[in-house]
Amino acid sequence: MTTSAISLAQAIAARTTTAAAATDAALSAITERDGELHAFLHVDADAARQAASAIDARIAAGETVGPLAGVPVAIKDNLVMTGVPTTCGSKILEGWRPPYTATVVERLIDAGAIPIGKTNLDEFAMGSSTENSAYGPSRNPIDPTKVPGGSSGGSAVAVAAGYVPVSLGSDTGGSIRQPAAFCGLIGYKPTYGHISRYGLVAFSSSLDQVGPFTTTVADSALVSEIIGGHDHRDSTSIDAPAPSLLEACGRGVAGLRVGLCSDLLDGADAVIVDRVRAAAAALEAAGATIVDLAIPELRLGLSAYYLLAPAEASSNLARYDGVRFGLREERDDVAAMNVATRTAGFGPEVKRRIMLGTYALSAGYYDAYYGQAQKTRRLITNALDAAYQGVDLLLGATTPTTAFGFGDKVADPLSMYLSDLFTIPSNLAGHPAMSVPFGTDSAGLPIGVQLLAPGRRDDLLFAAGAVLESEVSA
Amino acid sequence: MTNPNPLTEADVIKVASLARLELRPDEVATFTEQLGSVLGHAQDIAALNLEGLSPMAHPFDLENVLREDVVTPSLDRDAVLAAAPDAAEHRFRVGRILGEAP
Amino acid sequence: MSAWETIIGLEVHCELKTATKLFCGCPNMFGDEPNTNCCPVCLGLPGSLPVLNKGAVELAIRIGLALNCTVAPSTFHRKNYFYPDMPKDYQISQYDQPLNAGGWIDLPEGSRVGITRAHMEEDTGKSTHLGGTGRIHGADSSLIDYNRSGVPLVEIVSEPDMRSGVQARAYVAELRAILVAVGATDGRMEEGSMRVDANVSVRKPGDPFGTRCEIKNLNSLRSLQRAIEYEAARQIDLIEAGERVVQETRHFDEQTGRTGTMRSKEEATDYRYFPEPDLVPLNPSRAWIDEIRSNLAPLPKARREHLLAAVGEVTPALVDLVATVVDRDLDTLVSAAINAGAPAQLAIARAANELDADGVLPSPASFAGTCQLEASGRLSATQAKQVLAALLDEPHGDPAAIADRLGFVAMDDGALDTVLDAAIADHPSEWQRYCDGDDKLAQFFVGKVMAATKGKANGKAVIAAIAARRP
Repeated sequence: MTTSAISLAQAIAARTTTAAAATDAALSAITERDGELHAFLHVDADAARQAASAIDARIAAGETVGPLAGVPVAIKDNLVMTGVPTTCGSKILEGWRPPYTATVVERLIDAGAIPIGKTNLDEFAMGSSTENSAYGPSRNPIDPTKVPGGSSGGSAVAVAAGYVPVSLGSDTGGSIRQPAAFCGLIGYKPTYGHISRYGLVAFSSSLDQVGPFTTTVADSALVSEIIGGHDHRDSTSIDAPAPSLLEACGRGVAGLRVGLCSDLLDGADAVIVDRVRAAAAALEAAGATIVDLAIPELRLGLSAYYLLAPAEASSNLARYDGVRFGLREERDDVAAMNVATRTAGFGPEVKRRIMLGTYALSAGYYDAYYGQAQKTRRLITNALDAAYQGVDLLLGATTPTTAFGFGDKVADPLSMYLSDLFTIPSNLAGHPAMSVPFGTDSAGLPIGVQLLAPGRRDDLLFAAGAVLESEVSA
Repeated sequence: MTNPNPLTEADVIKVASLARLELRPDEVATFTEQLGSVLGHAQDIAALNLEGLSPMAHPFDLENVLREDVVTPSLDRDAVLAAAPDAAEHRFRVGRILGEAP
Repeated sequence: MSAWETIIGLEVHCELKTATKLFCGCPNMFGDEPNTNCCPVCLGLPGSLPVLNKGAVELAIRIGLALNCTVAPSTFHRKNYFYPDMPKDYQISQYDQPLNAGGWIDLPEGSRVGITRAHMEEDTGKSTHLGGTGRIHGADSSLIDYNRSGVPLVEIVSEPDMRSGVQARAYVAELRAILVAVGATDGRMEEGSMRVDANVSVRKPGDPFGTRCEIKNLNSLRSLQRAIEYEAARQIDLIEAGERVVQETRHFDEQTGRTGTMRSKEEATDYRYFPEPDLVPLNPSRAWIDEIRSNLAPLPKARREHLLAAVGEVTPALVDLVATVVDRDLDTLVSAAINAGAPAQLAIARAANELDADGVLPSPASFAGTCQLEASGRLSATQAKQVLAALLDEPHGDPAAIADRLGFVAMDDGALDTVLDAAIADHPSEWQRYCDGDDKLAQFFVGKVMAATKGKANGKAVIAAIAARRP
């Protein structure tokens, strides 16, 4: 499936095709290829077909349907849907069927989208390759010997393999943008608070945001407008109108000042640096002014992130204790049962981060680690705010490398963490960012360039993203 | 990087116990090394003078997000207990609780 | 050797009387079928998020204002520890920025107890222990009901200002009265809507504080006093025997009246507090605080002072009666009756001893009328109490008419003389001893007259008649 969500929805609404046909196409593509690629942990074919028929019936009856009516979508398996298994890629949640639905999924369904299934991820979204999934990794459809990136790798694969035009992921330190870059997709992480987290299984609450994978910038805008906006069930949801993203897609970049940031570039492979410079040239050609600048504080983001995110995670993941849901390793007393359950149910990366976070919060170390990381977060945010006094947008690389091979970084967690260097600052500041595909390396692996904007100026990303997109397709 | 590995195996064992995890001896060694290298990297911020900067807990300065004190539907009890690894008498069942809550 | 001094500080957990829980819309209801008031939020299901209840914040601010605290900008923290009745395995509480801090309470007996803080937090679920003795120790398994999980609590922490079990008891009684008066809680200790932890240490006056022990979960005023008195004596015995008090958490056994070790300080939990990222800071506006303050119901102390101002001479007994009247919410009725002409002392005494705040109450006019009939001698005390009882069936009834209907006719002197003559004639030796100076026997003859008149005689008149007969 190469059509965009927007054109597919239009075709279905115009009755050139049907939701049932679109759903069947997605399901047969999955049957054909997902044995190899493993984008999905759970496919709900019957429910999808039923939902598609219902949409077709409504269209046939002349009813008004939503802007995504009949469009098959894939949902990262850390977003809950009533009655549909949600594992977060972990053995500890195997078999759990949540009794409620995430706000973003509800809004997609209300817009007529057809959820096809739940996609693979690094366990509890902790990782950059899907190699930390307890159910085995996903493979990059462009080169199945490479990882698709992570943690939202399954969602990236589902779109890149052409199963569905849209999928949802979550981005805590780059988990949408990095797999989007590795798989050649648009990956958007919104301003923190723009899209509800209600029903997103928390990894690091103050950093997590939901966002879409799409093949076009306009699809990303449409889907984000549908799932975004205030949600009274999420206390951190922003209750204020935001500029239209769809409208921004046609706005262009004339007059905008774009900062080409060396600290979002240095250390990246030469071929990636080249493509970022090409992107700068393309924006300049479209009327933007390019400003070279450095924000050295961004380099500190990695340390701050790998203390803050594990600290919050250590607390968020305490509830997996075998008492109320999921796995239980029975023992005589509750504490022993907790230990046995968690020891059996969590994989090594999750244990690593839980322990790291527990340590960072524990008596005697809080100030040196967690407290210092929180202040560093402020330092980085202040530095970004200062930079945005002079520029409207920042431009850099999404990742230091293109998609890497399986096993390349598993043994050395720190080297894996370093692949998040360029994506982390936006999460720390709560700012929006987008990865846009902009060419390939010599092996044909996709390269993503990253656009960053100040908080609540997500529209700027779509304006610039659309320009880059048109340059690539030209 | 004044202190390349600020973490001891005893620290790792203590932290694992706080987090209700059990580690095999070989895991203790591996985790000590791996966590130590991450904490070693974090010495770049540990060494910073950040006096005067307020700790940042939230990206934006929202405050007073409140809901009205109005009842909304609870879950059906069968749905509540459906996920329970063990239940009896409409309650979640667990083994012996060895101590009072702290 | 100088006496020992007991130092007591209390932590009182008070469940707020809201319609819903602290962070979700589930009903805050005691006694419902288990696990029927639960949702993803209060079950701590993955993906759920808390949203703060405005009603709970308002009640918490009422408490802060009533306890003379400063209401300040505050944040919520996570207190991390594993326990099966706590669904998220952390409790959302307040830590270094509590909503209310730095207040005090004046107790009826005149002392002042400082309030360190009164912060908001969520309650846990409830465990029932199966097998063994039904208590936590020796049980085979436990069953958990999460209906209580997420119920809003305010934890009120006092300064270590109390010096006896009696004073601690008075503090909790007064605190309870304040919390009930402002509508923050129903104050039912037996249902766990108020739970008390006591920190107890002993020292010689003037010495620094001794090592303290914390006694957890005291659920009645009586237990509180007994536990503190036992614990203080235990610590004194230890020190006098040359041993040391070990800092630890203890529990109180109602049956034996003793405290026992729960957990020593060495096993203290590292709670790893950090700011709750799912909630934003709470910063009540000055206007909101002022509005809550202006709507605050009068506090027990002011209400007691108001009643006492209506009586002439204040005696300790009267102070107790007034405290009872206010405690039972009868002071509005009593004040109205006093305004309607009832003698203040009598109205206070009759209200404290004869009226049930939870039942039907007489109208102020009828209550005042009854008190007036008694004060004038038209009704005896016994008769007046019977009229008050009859008023429960007709709260607006006319006390004089009720007295007539009950046959309470003031006896004339002639009738009284006849009855008294008969009593003296029937008990000549008692009469002789009375005449010889045994005053106690006056009451004997009052009793005989009352029995013969079935309580209709006016006690004061009978006493006067008996005294008049003594040669």
